[in-house]
Amino acid sequence: MKPNIANTVDDTMHNIAPNAQESDFVAPPGIPRIKLILGGLVIALLAIAPLIVSQYYMTLLIPFFAYAVILLGFNLLFGYGGLLSFGHALFIAIGAYAAAALVSKTGMVSFELMLLTAIVASAIISLPIALLASRFTGIFFGMLTLSFGMLFHSFLNKFYYITGGESGMRVPRPTLFGMELGQFDKTAFLAGPFYYYCLVVILLLAFVMWRIVRSPYGIHLMASRDNPVKALYLGVKVRNVRAIAFVISAVYAAIGGVILGINTGLADPELAYWTHSGHLVFMAVLGGYQEFLGPVLGAFVFILLQDELSSLTQYWRFFLGAILAIMVIALPGGIMGAIRKIKGKGEQS
Amino acid sequence: MAAYFNILLAGVFQAAVLFLVASGLQLIFGVQRIVNLACGSIYALGAYFGIFVTSWALSKGLPVYMFPLVLLASGIVIGLIGIPLERLIRTIYNRPESFQLLLTFAVMLMFQDILRYFWGADPQQLPNVSMTFGTISVLGVSMPTYNVMVIGVAIALAIGMAYFLGKTRTGKILRATAENRETSAAMGINVTRVYVLVFTLGTMLGTIGGALVIPNAAASLGMGVELVVEAFAVVVIGGLGSMKGAAVGALIVGLIRALSAMIYPEAEILAIYAIVLAVLIWKPAGLYGKVEA
Repeated sequence: MKPNIANTVDDTMHNIAPNAQESDFVAPPGIPRIKLILGGLVIALLAIAPLIVSQYYMTLLIPFFAYAVILLGFNLLFGYGGLLSFGHALFIAIGAYAAAALVSKTGMVSFELMLLTAIVASAIISLPIALLASRFTGIFFGMLTLSFGMLFHSFLNKFYYITGGESGMRVPRPTLFGMELGQFDKTAFLAGPFYYYCLVVILLLAFVMWRIVRSPYGIHLMASRDNPVKALYLGVKVRNVRAIAFVISAVYAAIGGVILGINTGLADPELAYWTHSGHLVFMAVLGGYQEFLGPVLGAFVFILLQDELSSLTQYWRFFLGAILAIMVIALPGGIMGAIRKIKGKGEQS
Repeated sequence: MAAYFNILLAGVFQAAVLFLVASGLQLIFGVQRIVNLACGSIYALGAYFGIFVTSWALSKGLPVYMFPLVLLASGIVIGLIGIPLERLIRTIYNRPESFQLLLTFAVMLMFQDILRYFWGADPQQLPNVSMTFGTISVLGVSMPTYNVMVIGVAIALAIGMAYFLGKTRTGKILRATAENRETSAAMGINVTRVYVLVFTLGTMLGTIGGALVIPNAAASLGMGVELVVEAFAVVVIGGLGSMKGAAVGALIVGLIRALSAMIYPEAEILAIYAIVLAVLIWKPAGLYGKVEA
């Protein structure tokens, strides 16, 4: 994954040439051992986190898991697809509301069913939007997604007899695999069984996403980003490829939305507000959208930063904005980009 | 009948304010190809600053009937903030669109707190000036005279902009730069200066819009963030970069809002976005936009 993506795409493009054999397909280089070790270490740390991290910081880790899932999906669209959505929070809201609606309509509080409902709902809703939005790129794509997001936001706000209006809908504590787990109180539940459940879910989803971006489909998506005309000419169905990316990322966002909703116990319209979508872009750029795990790191840093800043000053938005401005101007590669730059310099000298 | 006329006038007033902000957005996009997400914050800044200056001037003994002029002047003065803002945004002219959007988003985040720092979190209002000029009745419908004045100012600015862009030498230079930046630079046009001018003018239109709206509405921290989406709707309907599009789009959005607020309030915003989506589906470049990519 190290060499720049354009080259990888170009090479593979040649390999898909008509007379090439199936076996000629060169898989992109594997993961270096150092990264595997680092990754294992992080997972191990997360696994023992409930034992060593203070309860306060545990409450930050669940939202981190939610945003990690959301950003894994978001970056398929933004990083790999080159499509900047300014309305992606729409699907977070759909996830949270789907979970809330399931409970209020059927009375079932199973986490698995919540996830299933969210996945189905987000796939159904995102499909027509994807088919429409995949006709656009750049600013128009951003504006279209922003419009859809705000459309949904005002629907949530105005049709209060369905959605609860401004106060939103309650997302009660779910059962895991049908287990009530009544012996835990709310925080212990979130920091205990629910935490591990989410950890497994995110690892699973990360693995699936990894396979998606490494698959021929992922390469088609990147080709559509780098040179849509050439990709089209080579037989890539650019619009379909983009639409699929949109639906996948919507489903990921909805899954994250369920986790977020359970964490706060609430699905409220502000989840769909366009500035929330802006924060997603912020996290992606902060961590580095050119790397698979960059946005996840961005989510982690963003949540910590927001928490630290808001405990230090009531004007934390100003400092977040300033950090974002500096990142955009001086460090477009994000934290991951900066690490790579430092490493690159070290190797040269 | 009278009821509908009433809606029409209310809608046109909203359209007038929306037009000012949207035309600023259009001017900047038309020449610089930058979509300014901070336009709403600039509008809010105009509103807060307008209240600040006007209430100060009134406390110094300014005759009340002078307040529209003070508002207008304060809008123009605070619009000069466009100069340092342009300096910041200049750093990303050659970057992908997503980064330009992000930087203006960052500016918006910062402005949110800058406004809160200076004016606090509570909404601010200009005390009892909106009825200074009474009301006038047209066809049996009465309307605050001030609203008519704002509509007049918006129309005057629209005509002024059209003249400036169409007939004056500077206007021609702006249009040439919008058409082709490199060639214009090669012909001896100082593109840097053009960009400063355009961005400042665009900002000024936004701050004037914000300043003029406050006798009728309180200035609040949320006003800017909300306005962005409406201004976007206007711009998408009218077509990115088109001044005529800003005017027509603002009228459509203003009237629909007023109409649905009357008939079916739940659908107020929904109706606007329904139109936005319809336009994007059938005429992706907007009513007056050029077809691109």
